[in-house]
Amino acid sequence: MLTVDGLVKRFGGFTAVNNVSFRVEQGEILGLIGPNGSGKSTIFNMLSGTLTPSAGSILFNGSEIGGHPPHRIINSGIGRTFQIPRPFHRLSIFENVALAGYYGQGSHSRARADEAAERALAMVGLSTDRHASVDGLGAAGLKKLELAKALATGPKLLLADESLGGLDETEMDQAAEMLRKIRDELGITIIWVEHIMGVLMRVVDRVMVLDHGEKISEGLPSAVAGDPRVIEVYLGTDADSSQAAAAEARRPAGV
Amino acid sequence: MNSRNAAWATGLAALIALPFVYREPYHLHLLVLILIWSFAYTSWSIMGRFGLVSLGHGGFMGVGAYVTALLWNHLGVSPWIGIPLSMVAAGALALVVAYPCFRFRITGHYFVLVTLALSGIVLQVITATRDYTGGSLGYTPNRTKGSQLLALQFDDKVTWYLIALFVWVMGLLIWRWVDRSMSRYAMEAISEDEDAAAAAGVNVTAEKLKITLISALMTALAGALYCQYQMFISPDTVSGIAVSLQMVFAVIVGGLYVSLGPTVGAIITILLAEILRIGFGTKAVGWDNLVYGVLLVVFIIFLPKGILGSILDRFKTQPKPSGTP
Repeated sequence: MLTVDGLVKRFGGFTAVNNVSFRVEQGEILGLIGPNGSGKSTIFNMLSGTLTPSAGSILFNGSEIGGHPPHRIINSGIGRTFQIPRPFHRLSIFENVALAGYYGQGSHSRARADEAAERALAMVGLSTDRHASVDGLGAAGLKKLELAKALATGPKLLLADESLGGLDETEMDQAAEMLRKIRDELGITIIWVEHIMGVLMRVVDRVMVLDHGEKISEGLPSAVAGDPRVIEVYLGTDADSSQAAAAEARRPAGV
Repeated sequence: MNSRNAAWATGLAALIALPFVYREPYHLHLLVLILIWSFAYTSWSIMGRFGLVSLGHGGFMGVGAYVTALLWNHLGVSPWIGIPLSMVAAGALALVVAYPCFRFRITGHYFVLVTLALSGIVLQVITATRDYTGGSLGYTPNRTKGSQLLALQFDDKVTWYLIALFVWVMGLLIWRWVDRSMSRYAMEAISEDEDAAAAAGVNVTAEKLKITLISALMTALAGALYCQYQMFISPDTVSGIAVSLQMVFAVIVGGLYVSLGPTVGAIITILLAEILRIGFGTKAVGWDNLVYGVLLVVFIIFLPKGILGSILDRFKTQPKPSGTP
């Protein structure tokens, strides 16, 4: 569904992403992990059109989207959330999502936008009250709104950026469960960027690990968690935590 | 909702009936000025309410007035054709200035500065081409004998009052149309966070251009109408930075986020200017600008929603950010 080949992004003399290639298959959840500054968000920003790649190609369903403006990419079927939720405070919760439903689907139909908004809000478990204000939402609620906005654009591929930051254990589990539900019920392919490794490892089908802008490992969660290079750069040399992460990855899905 | 529509219909009917009952020429003259400027201020607020603060609207107004008058005097083109042409010219100017701004994300203060330069440039062009435009001495469209529909020149104030009233109502309807459209959601989103708006699928550049174009076209029409009504235009009265600032001032005083806010602003600014003119005569030349400046600071600090916006907020139990027409 998505084929990324030789992707490079330079900011002046600094190379944030260096020659990264990967594929995402229809219906899978790919986890993208790496320490801060490893280039995860830069890759997301290129996939969603916020940044233009310095080199390389991004093929989405067979057509090149690298360097296209964000709204065109969103309309072609890629939805994204932001690491830090970016709601529109001057609009109600419903209007936030309806806006995405109106412009994101490219249909520019008010009825379809409202319908998409209701579905997306119900999916993430937010109120479909038309006037409820964004200001009443807590951290978990804002994450849900961020997800609802992305879903309302009718994506085939969802780019979920560190959607668990700032949540407690229970909320994290619920959010992880939500992504799985989105994949299972709506058939949406997902790339999930995260630095909290544990929860991610239980849900994703495959993991890709970045460090200093380069791909250092890719594969099944259990294999990647045991990869010595990953343990070194991502988890540090603390043996206990890496073993804990590996054990977490081996737990059966959904537990 | 119905009672509100009824109130609007009653108000409008009263305004239409007014000149047939009351014909004091000086008061009618003030009303025509208020209506034309209200329309100009409404035009500005169409984009200004979304944080697109333009100090270039004096330029658009100048283009509207001068292009219409120049076409009439030099080529004998009727204002009925000249006004649409002047609007096209202002629209083209708006696109030329705004497209690079929006494409390269010149926002906030920088956008204000670019538009300020636009006002200055239009003013310079008018004064530099004084052989055609009369420069800073002003310019007068050639008079026809008596009222003439083709030349859009009318001797009686009632006709002008009705024309201005019609255009003012059109301005309010456009304001309301934008307010109820999905474009308002998009523009509110863009004014908060352009990247997030783009991630919702909004074509940020196109939406901003659309609203700017609507605003510029309306402002040019206001300039052309002012020209046809006053039959005298000068860079000071329809163009330049002073006019741009006056728009910002009036809209902020009246209320930026409510449809009638700019109208309230026009009533206040025009009455203020008249009171100073009559009360102090030539001793008070330029005082209105001083008072505007002081009031502007006071309003931005204490009443950022303007007079009408603040009054309407008092009445509403649940304040809505958009305001309702």
